[in-house]
Amino acid sequence: MDKFTTLTGIAAPMPLVNIDTDMIIPKQFLKTIQRSGLGKNLFDEMRYTQDGKEIPDFVLNQPAYRQSQIIVAGDNFGCGSSREHAPWALLDFGIRCVISTSFADIFYNNCFKNGILPVVLPPEAVAHLMDDARKGANARITVDLEAQTVTASDGKVFAFEVDAFKKHCLLNGLDDIGLTLEKAAAIDAFEAKNASLHPWA
Amino acid sequence: MTAPRTLYDKIWDDHVVHQAEDGTCLLYIDRHLVHEVTSPQAFEGLRMTGRKVRAPEKTIAVPDHNVPTTQGRENPEQMPEESRIQVAALDKNARDFGINYYPVTDIRQGIVHIVGPEQGWTLPGMTVVCGDSHTATHGAFGALAHGIGTSEVEHVLATQTLIQKKSKNMKVEITGSLRPGVTAKDITLSVIGATGTAGGTGYVIEYCGQAIRELSMEGRMTVCNMAIEGGARAGLIAPDEKTFAYVMGRPHAPKGAKWEAALAYWKTLYTDEGAHFDKVVTIKGEDIAPVVTWGTSPEDVLPITGAVPSPESFTGGKVDAARRSIDYMGLTAGQKLTDIKIDTVFIGSCTNGRIEDLRAAAAILKGKKIKDGMRAMVVPGSGLVRAQAEEEGLAQIFIDAGFEWRLAGCSMCLAMNPDQLSPGERCAATSNRNFEGRQGRGGRTHLMSPAMAAAAAITGHLTDVRELMGVEA
Repeated sequence: MDKFTTLTGIAAPMPLVNIDTDMIIPKQFLKTIQRSGLGKNLFDEMRYTQDGKEIPDFVLNQPAYRQSQIIVAGDNFGCGSSREHAPWALLDFGIRCVISTSFADIFYNNCFKNGILPVVLPPEAVAHLMDDARKGANARITVDLEAQTVTASDGKVFAFEVDAFKKHCLLNGLDDIGLTLEKAAAIDAFEAKNASLHPWA
Repeated sequence: MTAPRTLYDKIWDDHVVHQAEDGTCLLYIDRHLVHEVTSPQAFEGLRMTGRKVRAPEKTIAVPDHNVPTTQGRENPEQMPEESRIQVAALDKNARDFGINYYPVTDIRQGIVHIVGPEQGWTLPGMTVVCGDSHTATHGAFGALAHGIGTSEVEHVLATQTLIQKKSKNMKVEITGSLRPGVTAKDITLSVIGATGTAGGTGYVIEYCGQAIRELSMEGRMTVCNMAIEGGARAGLIAPDEKTFAYVMGRPHAPKGAKWEAALAYWKTLYTDEGAHFDKVVTIKGEDIAPVVTWGTSPEDVLPITGAVPSPESFTGGKVDAARRSIDYMGLTAGQKLTDIKIDTVFIGSCTNGRIEDLRAAAAILKGKKIKDGMRAMVVPGSGLVRAQAEEEGLAQIFIDAGFEWRLAGCSMCLAMNPDQLSPGERCAATSNRNFEGRQGRGGRTHLMSPAMAAAAAITGHLTDVRELMGVEA
C-alpha cells in the first residue's frame, strides 16, 4: 500500500448526498479477479452514455477536473455494498482523498486499506471546500495527514480527526496483516481458552 | 460488580483477543463466509505472501452473486466468461485452502446469508463476517455479524481476526403488534424511513420490543438484513426459544453435551437491565403500514397509501437528491403510489428469499394470474428452500400464476448474472437496494415485502396488499 503523507491537488465537487458504491463502480465491473484497472469505469453510469460516450456535464469529464486527486462529496458518501472495488476504482483513477460530512462505515474502512484518506469535516467546512472545488483546476486543496489539516486555496485551514492507529498505518503504508501476525501468540491463547469455554464455536 | 452491558457489549467482550491503549481491538472471528465476487483478490494476496487460511474449518464458501439461475447452469459454458472465471477461482481456492464449500451442483448451494443459518453455521453469540454488506442478516441469531471489504477478507483468512474499534449502541424498539398485512420487511423499511440511510452510521443496532419478539426467525433475518441500509454495520436480536428451536438439529449446530453447554451460554445473551444505549428509536408496531420505496435510496419509504413527495418538502442536500430520484424513477410529485405501473416482479434475495417469504407471496397468488405482459420471477434463496417450496406446492402456484421458477442465487437483486432490468423498466422487488442502476442500467426499483410484490404482479401496479387480503387498511 502506498503511503499517504501530504497531498496537494485538484478537488472535484460532487455535492450529491448518499453517493453509493453501486454508483462509484457498478456491478458489471465486479467480475474482475484483480484490484487494478477499474479507474476507467469509476462512476461509469454517471460518466458515460449507454454506448460508452463521455457525458460532458459529469464533473470528472470536464477538462478542469480530469486530473482530480480529491473529491469533495455530499453526506453519507460510500453507502451500500461493501465492495472494495469502490476504493480500488477511485485509486486507479488517481483519487487519494475524499472529503465529506460523513461516510458509510465499511467504505470508510476500505479506504484506509488502499492508501486513500477519507476526511470527515463539519458541514460549514465541507461547504467552503465545495465552493473552492467549484473554482476548477486553479483551486488546489492541500491535505496534510500528519498535521491533520485541510487547507483551502484561500489559505483557510480546517483540522480533522482521524483514528491514531489508522493514521499510523496510512502514514507508513503498513500491511496490517503483518502487524496482526505479530500477535499470533495472543490469537493462539484466545483459541485455546475459547475451545474450553465455547467448544461448539 | 460489573456495569450492566448490552447484548453487543457482551458479544464484543467475549471476542477481544487484544486491546491496544487507544482502544483498537483485535476481535476473534468465529465464522467467515466467502463468495466468488469479493474473495479472489484476497486469496491471491495469501498466495503472494505465502500465507495459509488460519481456520479453514470456520470458513464457508458458496458461489451466489454471479451464477445464472436458469436450468443447466452446472454447464460452465452457460456463464459469461468473466463470471465463469470468478466461479472457477472460488472452486480452486476452496479446494487449495481446504475450506467448506457448496458448489452450484450441491442442493445446499444458495445465497451465502441463507446457507449460513440453514446449515447451522450461524449460532448465537458468534462473530460472523463476510465480504458482503448484508452479513448483518445473521444478527437475527444474536450473532455480531457485519460486512467487510476484500482487504479484511484477506486479514480474516490469514489471522481469523479483525482489527476493530467498538461501535456505539443503538436500540430500535418496535412496541406492540403488527397489523394484518404488515411484515418484517415493512418494519425494517419503516425504520430506515424514520432514521435515514446514515442514521445508524457508527452504531450497532439492537432490535427489540414485542413486535420483534413476535417475528419468526426468518422475519428477524429480514429485519437485521437491512440494518446496513440504515447505515449500521450490524443489527442484533437477542436469542430466545424461537432461536434455539430454529438452530437445534441443523447440520453444524452443536449436539449432546455441547448443545447443553451452548444453550446455557446463549441464555446469557441479552441486554442487562439499565444498560446504556447511545441512541434510542421507538416505533409503534400498529403505526407501521405496508410500505414501498418511491426513490433511489432505501430511506425513500412511504406507506402504500401515500403519494410521491415533492422535492421541496425535504431540506439540505436531500432536495436535489429527491429531484434527481423522481426524475430517474420517471415519477411526478403528488402522483399516488398505487397509480405507479409495474413491468417486472422479482421475488427473492437474502432479504426475502426464504420459505416463509415464498409462502406469503404464494398465498396472495394462489389461483390468480399475473397481469398480461408482466415479467415475473421467483428466485429461491437456496436449493433447499427451492426443494421445500416444490414439496409444499408453492412452486406450482407461482408457475400457474405465470412466474418463472428459478434456481438459487442473488440474481436480479444486484443483477450481476443475466437477470437484469432494461433502461426504464420498472420492478417491484423484494430485495434491499433501489439505487440507480442497481438492477440494471436505467432500471427502476421499488422495494417492498413479498406479499406486496405478489399483489403488484396481479394488478400490474403498486397495490395495497390488504385490499387483496380483505383486511382493513
